[in-house]
Amino acid sequence: MNLTLYVWRQNGPEDKGKLEQYEAKNVSPDSSFLEMLDEVNQELIEHGVEPIEFDNDCREGICGTCGCVVNGIPHGPQEKTTACQLHMRQFKDGDSLTLEPWRAKAFPVIKDLAVDRTALDKIIQAGGYTSAYTGEVGEANQTLISKPDADYAMDAAECIGCGACVAACPNGSAMLFTSAKVAQLAVLPQGQIEAAERVKNMTEAMLNAGFGNCTNHYECQAACPKGVSVKFIAKLNREYIKALPK
Amino acid sequence: MILDGKCPTGPIEKSWDKHRFEMKLVNPANKRKFKVIIVGTGLAGGAAAATMGELGYNVEAYCYQDSTRRAHSIAAQGGINAAKNYHNDGDSVFRLFYDTIKGGDFRAREADVWRLAQVSNNIIDQCVAQGVPFAREYSGLLANRSFGGAQVSRTFYARGQTGQQLLLGAYQALARQAKAGTVKLRPRTEMLDLVVVDGVAKGITFRNLVTGEIETSWGDAVVLATGGYVNVFYLSTNAMGCSVTAAWKASRKGAFMANPCYTQIHPTCIPQSGDHQSKLTLMSESLRNDGRCWVPKRKEDCEKAPADIADEDRDYYLERKYPSFGNLAPRDIASRAAKEQCDDDRGVGPGKRGVYLDYKSAIDRVGEDTIRERYGNLFDMYEKITDENAYKQPMRIYPAPHYSMGGLWVDYNCMSNIPGLFVLGEANFSVHGANRLGASALMQGLADGYFVIPYTIGNYLATVKPGEVKDDHPEFKKSVEEVQGRIDKLMSINGKRSVSSFHRELGKIMWNNVGMARSEASLKEALKLIPELRAEFWQNLKVTGDKNQRNGQLEDAGRVADFLEFAEVMTTDALHREESCGGHFRVEHQTDDGEAMRDDEKFCYVAAWEYKGEGKAPELHKEPLKFENVKLAVRSYK
Repeated sequence: MNLTLYVWRQNGPEDKGKLEQYEAKNVSPDSSFLEMLDEVNQELIEHGVEPIEFDNDCREGICGTCGCVVNGIPHGPQEKTTACQLHMRQFKDGDSLTLEPWRAKAFPVIKDLAVDRTALDKIIQAGGYTSAYTGEVGEANQTLISKPDADYAMDAAECIGCGACVAACPNGSAMLFTSAKVAQLAVLPQGQIEAAERVKNMTEAMLNAGFGNCTNHYECQAACPKGVSVKFIAKLNREYIKALPK
Repeated sequence: MILDGKCPTGPIEKSWDKHRFEMKLVNPANKRKFKVIIVGTGLAGGAAAATMGELGYNVEAYCYQDSTRRAHSIAAQGGINAAKNYHNDGDSVFRLFYDTIKGGDFRAREADVWRLAQVSNNIIDQCVAQGVPFAREYSGLLANRSFGGAQVSRTFYARGQTGQQLLLGAYQALARQAKAGTVKLRPRTEMLDLVVVDGVAKGITFRNLVTGEIETSWGDAVVLATGGYVNVFYLSTNAMGCSVTAAWKASRKGAFMANPCYTQIHPTCIPQSGDHQSKLTLMSESLRNDGRCWVPKRKEDCEKAPADIADEDRDYYLERKYPSFGNLAPRDIASRAAKEQCDDDRGVGPGKRGVYLDYKSAIDRVGEDTIRERYGNLFDMYEKITDENAYKQPMRIYPAPHYSMGGLWVDYNCMSNIPGLFVLGEANFSVHGANRLGASALMQGLADGYFVIPYTIGNYLATVKPGEVKDDHPEFKKSVEEVQGRIDKLMSINGKRSVSSFHRELGKIMWNNVGMARSEASLKEALKLIPELRAEFWQNLKVTGDKNQRNGQLEDAGRVADFLEFAEVMTTDALHREESCGGHFRVEHQTDDGEAMRDDEKFCYVAAWEYKGEGKAPELHKEPLKFENVKLAVRSYK
């Protein structure tokens, strides 16, 4: 199949950036979206043009490194699928695709489709952990956790930290990302001791990093490649209210 | 040179406890004066950085990814082993130790493996305390499953994302230390040289992958936790950025590379679909718990739809060949068996390089919902890649390069032959012998990071004056010049071929000649082809863009240049090891029914290779392996 690409090219954070047109020719429907970009890049290199920079690593949909906005949708049109797991059979011969980086105040563009997501790490550093030192912490089965609670925690922990939720949100909010970690740890006995401090600190870090707030658009859930649910945002709000001074 | 692993003596049950007591300690007030550099933030590096930060050392953690949460440990699906014996099915530290030694085909050090088995239980405790959401029973107790190569249920898991959850546990512990200021994080950096001063590791030179700047950092110790090297095959299950570069740079500075020919080819991967392919995708080995491997008995049936092949016309080859382990036979055995069937022209799918993994009987037995609960995410992933529904038709699988058991040589303290240079996780060679069992990589990464290096590094640092060498030492300047020189050379070749075309060609050479089956002829051919390709690389490479900026082409060029050197050592090792063991299968050395044949008389040793300069043959050093607790035996899974 043959496609026309309009790709955001931006030579560093200070550059203004613009869309450039490229042709992707003889694309195998079995190739992944990133493999299609690899082939376009090969062609660009042969013509002495600098290839399109994009972040990627595991190409198995789990590391959270890859991602760009395809025709206005983070990670492209297939539900619950990262850009690396998106396959070209999802598109038709002759399609035009516009590729842009995640756009959010908190994610400055590094180059082309690659952005700086350090702000997400800052949110975790503010409290997304239990303060367990490495050492003798007690036998694992001494603390029972009901299966529904364990499953709930795992549903939240599915987040791969790719940032698609932020790119999808009209407010550039990282609420889904933040809430997933807050909810995972709030439901487990190991995380409950620090729950109040955690939710306060993480929410504050989110605002300080330049992310917006949540106004219930649910775009984040629709864009999330792991299907993380907005119910965790409700959980975050509940935890936040619980943590307010009485 | 005969190498000494410096293993503790006496009864193995007491060896680690005794050693822990005998090691020197660093006074708590002095710890912050020591600076420790950790390269790589997967399970081993992330756990080590977090734990050493907690202990009060002044830690710097480097990774090439944009965040310390993304290293390829994250992709491990199936689980992590521990000898908890929760199921009362006969497990124990000794059994985990025994299984690992036997699984490794008697090519690992006993003392290291014992320690691994011993601390496996602490790892589970630690991860639970961190809030890792392991699978649970309705009772609230932790759930377990059995896993390739084991007859007990000792594998802990978090859906099909165990590696991710364990890594996030370590990442969060590391984030806590980053906030506390004990650890400084340096994502988007790549180590390009080890700085050695008077024979002692004292720092690193690295490239800032955003600005292109070449920087240095001094450390009282350098810890490499930089993963494995199977991207030397180009197509593998590793992440795109995984490379041998950090380990190879250390090797060029004198660290010995041990058993590089031991590579693991994983049996359950999605077969290659075309030339566009950039990587192969692994599907958890846990799939073999319920799936049955088969190929048609007759060649002429291979083109038929699997449903049209009657049960009696199917060859369930693993069950036939290995009745007691069946579909759970260890990885090396299962991979070779799949290759045998395809070599016999009974493979299925494109190019007939594939075998079926069939769920029909499991679905009939326990229902589709139960299978979905166990493997749903893997079935979804399979469908995304192949457009086939594995609930309705069998999966197609084929072996792919997955893990490297070989790596930098280390002693019992995880220290290489260069004092001050420590190596953890997949990057070292220590515990998996010639073949790694399922769910053992996560165990080793976290064991090394949480429970080994925090002790053993103290034993070393207690003998060092903190900050004795800093980066104003002339060796640092020299190192920067070397690194800069190599980058300038890569940028200035201005030839015609792209980096990835060289990488693909190298991969083909390695897969065809140094892959699942190796012969003297194939290895000798590789030793002729690799230097030829390397010579062309340095004359005909084309790297676009600017070195003073983010430049993916330049990053890849450096990594492929290192693979082109490393591949030769790997092949040399495979040629010298005139026996078959674990993942290393020499066609000249097999039993009448095609099983690996070890030669314990001649090869019961670790082969550690010393780099002697470009174009020169590496020098072999040996560490003899002694087995005092496990009897050397023919490894049989029949």
